[in-house]
Amino acid sequence: MKILVGVKRVIDYNVRVQINREGTGVVKEGVKMSVNPFDEIAIEEALRIRERGDASEVVAVGIGPSAAQQQLRTALAMGADRALLVETEDELQPLAAARILQKIIERELPELVILGKQAIDDDCNQTGQMLAALWGRPQATFASDLKIADGVATVTREVDSGLETIEVDLPAVVTADLRLNEPRFVKMPDIMKAKRKPLDTLPLTELGVEMPAALEAGVCEPPPKRAGGVKVESVEALIAALKEKGVLA
Amino acid sequence: MSERAALPLDDAVELRLDPPLYDDSHRSWQESLRRFLEAEIAPHVGAWDEAGEVPVEAHRACAAFGLTGLGYPEAYGGCSEGVDALHHVITSLEWGLLGAGGVATALSTHAIGLPPVLAGGSEDLKARVAPRVISGDAIIGLAVTEPGAGSDVAGLATRAEADGDGFVLRGEKTYISGGMRADYLAVAVRTGDSGAGGVSLLLVDMDSPGITRSPLPKQGWWASDTASIHFDGARVPTANLLGPLHGGFPLIMRNFNTERLAMAATAIGSSRRCLADAVAWARERRTFGRRLADHQVIRHKLMDMYRQIAAAQAWLEQVAGRLRAGLPVAADIALLKVQASLLMEFCAREASQILGGASYIRGTAIERIYREVRVVAIGGGSEEILKDLAARQTGV
Repeated sequence: MKILVGVKRVIDYNVRVQINREGTGVVKEGVKMSVNPFDEIAIEEALRIRERGDASEVVAVGIGPSAAQQQLRTALAMGADRALLVETEDELQPLAAARILQKIIERELPELVILGKQAIDDDCNQTGQMLAALWGRPQATFASDLKIADGVATVTREVDSGLETIEVDLPAVVTADLRLNEPRFVKMPDIMKAKRKPLDTLPLTELGVEMPAALEAGVCEPPPKRAGGVKVESVEALIAALKEKGVLA
Repeated sequence: MSERAALPLDDAVELRLDPPLYDDSHRSWQESLRRFLEAEIAPHVGAWDEAGEVPVEAHRACAAFGLTGLGYPEAYGGCSEGVDALHHVITSLEWGLLGAGGVATALSTHAIGLPPVLAGGSEDLKARVAPRVISGDAIIGLAVTEPGAGSDVAGLATRAEADGDGFVLRGEKTYISGGMRADYLAVAVRTGDSGAGGVSLLLVDMDSPGITRSPLPKQGWWASDTASIHFDGARVPTANLLGPLHGGFPLIMRNFNTERLAMAATAIGSSRRCLADAVAWARERRTFGRRLADHQVIRHKLMDMYRQIAAAQAWLEQVAGRLRAGLPVAADIALLKVQASLLMEFCAREASQILGGASYIRGTAIERIYREVRVVAIGGGSEEILKDLAARQTGV
């Protein structure tokens, strides 16, 4: 069985994100970039499935600029067998990413696709769901446990009311939640081995994917500064103040 | 500070690894090592420092992660393929950033103990000792300094008398890092006449009879078990000789370069920790209606730290690059360590001034780093010794 995992290059979670001077987005130049943490969990899960003998190959797929090869090398160092970068300088929205992944699925024919439930840059939480719909296969999102047996994935999902366990026929799309696993530390020999593993690049233009520009970013600005609190003299004044703020009717 | 800073100060503090010397393997190692240290070591450093030693589990964790075997042959369980001076420098920088020099030292004594074994030990000895050290099952250190001979290695007096198939040791070593817990120590001894030509290096099994160890309480580096070691007739087999008889001096000297470079990098890492903690505090703390970071005097302090750290780190990377290229670097390493310990002294003081009382409370990184300044300025060659060495090397 082959598993495809998505690897998105995002601003590292430790970076204090700054809005650019033009107010059109955030500063990405010279900022540390990393693998989306949920994607790391997806990679780890795929590796564990392979190590249990339930899969034979793990392929890491990224979409992004040439520099995104570094994040794919991380996936290879963790243990992925090979990697593929769909190269583009464009900012992609979830539907475009899903369409690209669908094209890769047509080439690679995986039986399981594991993605992070969302990326920590735009927090869309849409690509996995859209991909399953485009592919016409089942989806099991927000996975906190995943078992594979006899062509069926048994997935425990984190839902608002608690945990829900479902079975989906493979091939299917699973998206990883935070508690699915704890990704391993990458060790030096694996970093060196990753240099020799195959990492192919493919220009986006070769895939023939139509890119619907459905959403346009307007203005980007930091949240307003918190104003200092005020002291009120009496209960009546408190209630009046709450009403004025629209907190009480 | 403006909300839309052109260069976020966090990235400045971080001093990202972007010079042309670094490739992806360096960035990956830095990222992975930091994660490991933050997850497995950082939560415990305060407790281990107070306890005066690190648990054996910490050695095993470092070994399992591959930190202990970094740069050593694969045949003994290490990882040397593709590992260069920059990976080692990154390792020291990250230890320094942790702000717990005692923990770093306790978990790194193999870096001075094992190289002489691998460079001068017999095949049998290497095969017996190296895998145990690299797997975290045994602790190894180096014992050179004596009550009467520190930087003046050629003056050491601990005697090893040849006796049948071995040597009998008499004398005293002191300030030995890892000395209380070491299973093996590479010990510099006098086998011949006075001077550098009469010095040999022996690997001593610390379970041997005739060895007593005494702990030395210290100003800082509490987690590192420093000891005085007394040899009173301890027997060491001839097979444990490292390098030729009377040929220990060059082995010891070779070790100093890597030790000093590591100490310099660790000091620069700790200086960065001082800046990072000072910046975080200066942004949070408000005095006289403004953030500390908005007071000109504090802003100057922060930028003075950054300015000097960036310069030292640039030099560090340059020296590491020269070392990797096989160019002569002994004088530069000596002076870099002087620069780094002065930098750490400056940054520890300035960060302490910015944090105020908070930096005097036991258990904070700045308080710990402040206590570690002196050993960095003295250990591995004092500032004065190193300047003199560099003057000789450069032919002044």
